[in-house]
Amino acid sequence: MMRRVVIHTVLVCLLVASASTYAVDPTEMPTPELQRRYLGLTHELRCMQCQNEAISDSPVSLAADLRRQVREMLLAGKSDDDVRNYMVARYGDFILFRPRVAASTIWLWAAPGVLLLIGAAVAVRITKQRAALVAQDNEPVDEDIRSS
Amino acid sequence: MNRFILPLGIFALLAIVLAIGIKRSPEKGIIPSPLIGKAAPQFTLPVLADSSRTLSSADLKGRWYVFNVWGTWCYECRAEHEALLEIQKLAQVPIIGLDWKDEEPDAVRWLAELGNPYEVVAADREGRTAIDWGVYGAPETFLVDPQGVVVYKYVGAMTLEAWQTRFVPRLPPRRAAKS
Amino acid sequence: MLPELGHFALILAMLLAALQAFFGIAGPALGRDRWTAAVTPAVAGQFVMVSTSVACLIASFVANDFSVTYIAENSNSALPLGYRVAAMWGAHEGSLLLWIFLLGCWTVAVAIGVSRLPPRFAARVLGVLGVVSFGFLLFTLATSNPFLRLDPPAPDGRDLNPILQDPALAIHPPILYTGYVGFAVAFAFGCAAMLEGRMDQMWARWTRPWATSAWAFLSVGIALGSWWAYYELGWGGYWFWDPVENASFMPWLMGTALIHSLAVTEKRGLFKSWTLLLAVLAFSLSLLGTFLVRSGVLVSVHSFAADPTRGIFILVFLIVMIGGALTLYAWRAPLLKSQAGFDLLSRESFLLFNNILLVIGAATVFAGTMAPLISDALNLGTLSVGTPYFNPTFMLSMLPLLALLSLGIRANWKRGRLGAAQRTILTTLVIAAIAGVILVYGVYSHGKVLSPVAATLGAWIILSSLVDPIDRIRRKLTLPRSVIGMSVAHIGLGIFVISVTTVESFTLERDVALGQGESAVVGNYEFRFQGIKPIEGPNYNGVEGTVVVTRHGVPTSVAYPQKRQYWVQRQVTTEASIQMHHGSNVFVALGDELGAGKWSVRFQIRPLVNFLWLGAFIMAVGGAIAATDRRYRVAPQAVTAPVATPGVAAGEGAG
Repeated sequence: MMRRVVIHTVLVCLLVASASTYAVDPTEMPTPELQRRYLGLTHELRCMQCQNEAISDSPVSLAADLRRQVREMLLAGKSDDDVRNYMVARYGDFILFRPRVAASTIWLWAAPGVLLLIGAAVAVRITKQRAALVAQDNEPVDEDIRSS
Repeated sequence: MNRFILPLGIFALLAIVLAIGIKRSPEKGIIPSPLIGKAAPQFTLPVLADSSRTLSSADLKGRWYVFNVWGTWCYECRAEHEALLEIQKLAQVPIIGLDWKDEEPDAVRWLAELGNPYEVVAADREGRTAIDWGVYGAPETFLVDPQGVVVYKYVGAMTLEAWQTRFVPRLPPRRAAKS
Repeated sequence: MLPELGHFALILAMLLAALQAFFGIAGPALGRDRWTAAVTPAVAGQFVMVSTSVACLIASFVANDFSVTYIAENSNSALPLGYRVAAMWGAHEGSLLLWIFLLGCWTVAVAIGVSRLPPRFAARVLGVLGVVSFGFLLFTLATSNPFLRLDPPAPDGRDLNPILQDPALAIHPPILYTGYVGFAVAFAFGCAAMLEGRMDQMWARWTRPWATSAWAFLSVGIALGSWWAYYELGWGGYWFWDPVENASFMPWLMGTALIHSLAVTEKRGLFKSWTLLLAVLAFSLSLLGTFLVRSGVLVSVHSFAADPTRGIFILVFLIVMIGGALTLYAWRAPLLKSQAGFDLLSRESFLLFNNILLVIGAATVFAGTMAPLISDALNLGTLSVGTPYFNPTFMLSMLPLLALLSLGIRANWKRGRLGAAQRTILTTLVIAAIAGVILVYGVYSHGKVLSPVAATLGAWIILSSLVDPIDRIRRKLTLPRSVIGMSVAHIGLGIFVISVTTVESFTLERDVALGQGESAVVGNYEFRFQGIKPIEGPNYNGVEGTVVVTRHGVPTSVAYPQKRQYWVQRQVTTEASIQMHHGSNVFVALGDELGAGKWSVRFQIRPLVNFLWLGAFIMAVGGAIAATDRRYRVAPQAVTAPVATPGVAAGEGAG
């Protein structure tokens, strides 16, 4: 039963999202700075109903309500983090497109850097090894780059 | 030798993760609620069809209640309505309704036609309270304890079976037996 | 009648695939030459049966046979003929059949191509392809049969999803799958080498054109999908790091590493275990992509209707194919060492860095895509990963790669000798830097720090790729297709990089509420909204807006954005108006009616965005040119490379 409703919701959102009916949000905030922050936040928050879209793009009414919430909080002088914390307290980490840097996500954020370090170590080891081999190597090879 | 086994080893781990993913896949799309174990969100809303009264979370403290979010525009809410009436007949726990982003005449007519399982219905015209409860797709149903702590959240159309297997076990025996 | 015929043909195809697999692997392993010879007829038979099955399904679509469940769910009598054919691959079951058909096409091509190779090796390649075919056929017949009957038959169909009723999206799956499936060939070549216990430079030469052509197809397929998303989905986005997009991008990254690694193995007999692993991984990621899209494990805009039973089946299939290949790898790869050497700044070195960085890039995308699954499985909570993660992390490995490309392309084999090329390297870098800065600050007058850097790298790649061909032409040396192909492909990449830089740095977007006669200013353009009128099409009706576009006060064009509602599925789609002006795209799309005659309208100016897909397409063309180099078409001779690499295990008889 639960699965049926989930599939139903997902299908509705698939139709909606893939139907390319998206929200056009002609909100104007009173200052360019606020406008920039508003756009930034609405693009960063996931629409919880159509979960592959941001609330800036999603046409469902929940997205409009969440956009209103962001607008009101910004007008009330709240910071970007206040808005994010507000949303996460109600919907969990899933509402953020950018995963938070926390103990549970540290592996994800660290992965690329760690991989690069490993890659560099591998590169150093192999090039050293092969450079040593080429020193003793008299065999003729068509070195010309003109043959790949 | 060991580094050539590495790809196979990594793949084995991946296969395990994928297998777990399949096992849990019926629950994909259902987001666990961060409200579980926390105090139910505070609200004060007008009561449906009775503009002189308001319902607030303080009114509900001191007893178990079920908080059901619905709307007349919601297809699955229609599907679950029968089950809600059944659950109400069991008289174990009162059902409080949150009419989410609805028009009052539509909601009143709906309850008149289909029956009213709710002890009282709060009208959330603007959707702010629903956001506080982390609602993202009606129908959603919460179980709240007498201290005002959210114990459980169920997403999707309620059924008698869901009630018996997921809600009732969380009630204290005395309350669950009451019928 | 036709559906039953198609169904029956599919069953026969599965049996023939089983025979193909059996003869192909057992024949050479046991030294039975008659079995080895039986593989080719099995290939032919399987292909005939699969083609029959596909023909039956398409014919049933064209004939509007709504007694078949799959057709009733995906077609409609009002659907134009072309889309009735394309509807065959519009959903899960039919798209699997398309997969199988394309695998059959590749297998036949391989059967012809390997006919001049040692018969046992050839048989092994075809045998491995037979295993893949068999797995997919079994999966289709067991869980995803497109020929199931609907009783009673539907009076009419539910129509093809309107967003699929589009030329680009109609051909996107066939081309994309051709690429996906094509990596099975390199995979088969790799497995055959592992089964033989031998892998030499001739092996690399045989494998290369297959890997390169699969890569070219995949490049076009991905580019088409991105292009379609841009003009159909209405947000002006071209890449969303969606799990299904990533599922096609990861094999592409591995495939790119593979074709470069194959170059080293062919030339110097080096990087054998790398190349082997890449050949296995590229196709493994293709298979993984298939799994992700169809198993319900990830929720995505693109995924087919999910079903855990299918998920389990595919997972088992993955374990058998990938687990099997990686086990072979763990067993055989340790024997593939070679003693050849190379300098730090040699071509081999740069290709090594290339391999490493591409693998890291693919691993990064993999981590981000699988993170929600992994986090959930380890009970670490529900994680969400989107563009804000992928963009910076992917660039971390790609920027160094782009920089090293322009150096590596000038390096000699074995001894590098970059010193001799120093002057041209510096010259090209300086010109590129000037071009990059002019583009960023001159044309667009602003930019983040990254913009001129990225633009410079893109321009540098283009210039560096031109040096060698121009030099050869001037000195009247030969210009083989492999060199032309390489240069063209790299130039395509450079164009792509420049385009991504301008699009990401200088796109202007505004959403405005406009009433009749009102205007909005975006960048150098002014848009005046002239109102809405109703429209009707073959299977839809809707509204069309008129917007007059003016640049610097001069009227340039009129835009007609539409919103359509399709009758059968009652789905609303947005047909944005996209026009080219001075190399940029001017994008106008209708939002909602806001009441009082006002509509919300989205405007975007995207500079040089079309070069994005043009660049990708040029890359693919380069690959195609390289794949048709003469040496692949000449009959294979005995190994003539001076170094007979000692990567030998047992002799012929052992399997």
